[in-house]
Amino acid sequence: MDSLILSVRLAACVSAILLLIGVPLAYWLAYWNWRGKFLLEAIVALPLVLPPTVLGFYVLIALGPNGPIGKISEALFHRGLAFTFGGLVFASVLYSFPFTVQPLIASFEAMDRRLLDASALLGASRLRTFGSVILPLSLPGIVTAVVLSFAHTLGEFGVVLMVGGNLPGITRTASIDIYDRVQSMEYAEANRMALVLLIISFVVLSTVYGVNRRIGRRMWASWASR
Amino acid sequence: MGIEISPPVLKAQLRKARSGRTRSSFVLDVALEICPGITIVFGPSGAGKSTLLDCIAGLLKLDSGRIEIGGEVLLDVERRIDVPPAKRKIAYVFQSLALFPHMTVEQNVAYGLAHMPATEQALRVKAMLEAFRVEQLAKRKADEISGGEQQRVALARSLATSPRVLLLDEPLTALDEGLKQSIMEDLRQWNAAQNIPILYVTHSRPEVDALGERVIVLEQGKIISTGTPQEVLDAPRRSSLAQASGFENLFSGVVTELREADGVMRVQLVRGACEIETPLSYAAAGTAVKLAIRAGDILLATERPYGLSARNITAGRMIALEQRGTMFVAQVAADADGAVIFTVHLTPGAKRALALEVNRPVWLVIKTHSCHVLED
Repeated sequence: MDSLILSVRLAACVSAILLLIGVPLAYWLAYWNWRGKFLLEAIVALPLVLPPTVLGFYVLIALGPNGPIGKISEALFHRGLAFTFGGLVFASVLYSFPFTVQPLIASFEAMDRRLLDASALLGASRLRTFGSVILPLSLPGIVTAVVLSFAHTLGEFGVVLMVGGNLPGITRTASIDIYDRVQSMEYAEANRMALVLLIISFVVLSTVYGVNRRIGRRMWASWASR
Repeated sequence: MGIEISPPVLKAQLRKARSGRTRSSFVLDVALEICPGITIVFGPSGAGKSTLLDCIAGLLKLDSGRIEIGGEVLLDVERRIDVPPAKRKIAYVFQSLALFPHMTVEQNVAYGLAHMPATEQALRVKAMLEAFRVEQLAKRKADEISGGEQQRVALARSLATSPRVLLLDEPLTALDEGLKQSIMEDLRQWNAAQNIPILYVTHSRPEVDALGERVIVLEQGKIISTGTPQEVLDAPRRSSLAQASGFENLFSGVVTELREADGVMRVQLVRGACEIETPLSYAAAGTAVKLAIRAGDILLATERPYGLSARNITAGRMIALEQRGTMFVAQVAADADGAVIFTVHLTPGAKRALALEVNRPVWLVIKTHSCHVLED
């Protein structure tokens, strides 16, 4: 069960960090137009198509004693990041990036621009418009983003294996644990763990769809009444 | 010691090229001076009315121009002055209203008053809700109230901030006549005390007649005339404007004869023998023109009328008659040439009194001054 707790802890850390980075980035991508924007959009979407081993490999090199991030970590904390929980969080943040940013961009872009104009004409700053109008009206998108990145991190395998290795209690997540147990023919153990993971994923996803449906219906009603 | 307050006149001189892929691209190029009170901007859709309002509000960047209100410069492209929309103190009610759907009516109205102390804010919100008669809706969500109520809340919200100018983009189009009148009455009442310039954009002719004090006619991004609704719209010069302003009868014709002494000329309709006398305008004999006549300006008679001052009396035959709301619309083919068909509006009383029905011979009577000659 240690591995399962580790997985949940990792997923929670990753979705919290992603929310903090993802919201401003998505806002920027949704509302500003500049020439090189498509390049950034491509980079954000890259983890969707990249094999986890490719991403994991480069992250491992970067985190290692000779990599740029490893060197920074060495200088600050006198230890590297490879095969640590911190390294795992870093790699997972990159890997789940599109799962946070894309739903956020989609919901920011779907905002009625006239609401933003109205807010500005009533004297509100950009920050206030963002906090009072954009965020509350984008709630379904934000919930979707958090849950997708949580569930995606919970289920990742390749990147974690490349970057974290398989250290019990530190980097051995549930998905790797299941793999290990199947390798050593402990099917009953593997099944228990797999079932728990399956149930968690299902509960999380059905919560999102349920919540979004309720919020969505309310928003739809407000549109229709116009 | 007296303080001189310059009247809050809006002066704008602006130019913006609009390049649309789907809509026609044109240059908005206007100069206006708007005094306190309601001024209507009238024109067909695509004339640049909303673009004009967006430019004044600062939501669109101009190619060149200058905007000032009561002497304060909001925009001067040459001098690189550009006050952002949030600081212009211009209220703007969009066609979609853009009420914040997740907030209550009260929160919507208070949105622009964030800088005020709480007690003062509450008083102002209450006063605005009362002025627009929506105080009983204060705690309701903005998306749970009716269209007319949303209108009132949108007006209260934008006027709560004590703006220097109010821009209205066809805000009442979707409402029925009675509701429209009562909302406009409340707005007039409110503005009697505030006395700010109000720009009201519409493409609906009845709205112009109902509200009109001063009209600016916009077409293809240019102001083509300014004045009272009667001056501007009853003698239009261009056929597209005639269609927009509700001339049901629009014929092609050729000027056949000028009678300067009588102040009239004769126009022969291109289709045939039908000839109409019109007021004299700057056209030589032989010029192709368009002739515009309102359906409500044509009289019908069942016998040939005598002793009338109307100069155009033409025999015809009723070919269609249908009821539309509280009005009858008749189609009458001229005897001289059946291809020329006049549309005539009648009241149900007139229809009954004359026992009008399809196929009945009738006489069309049109005053000279009801026949408007337009450039072709």
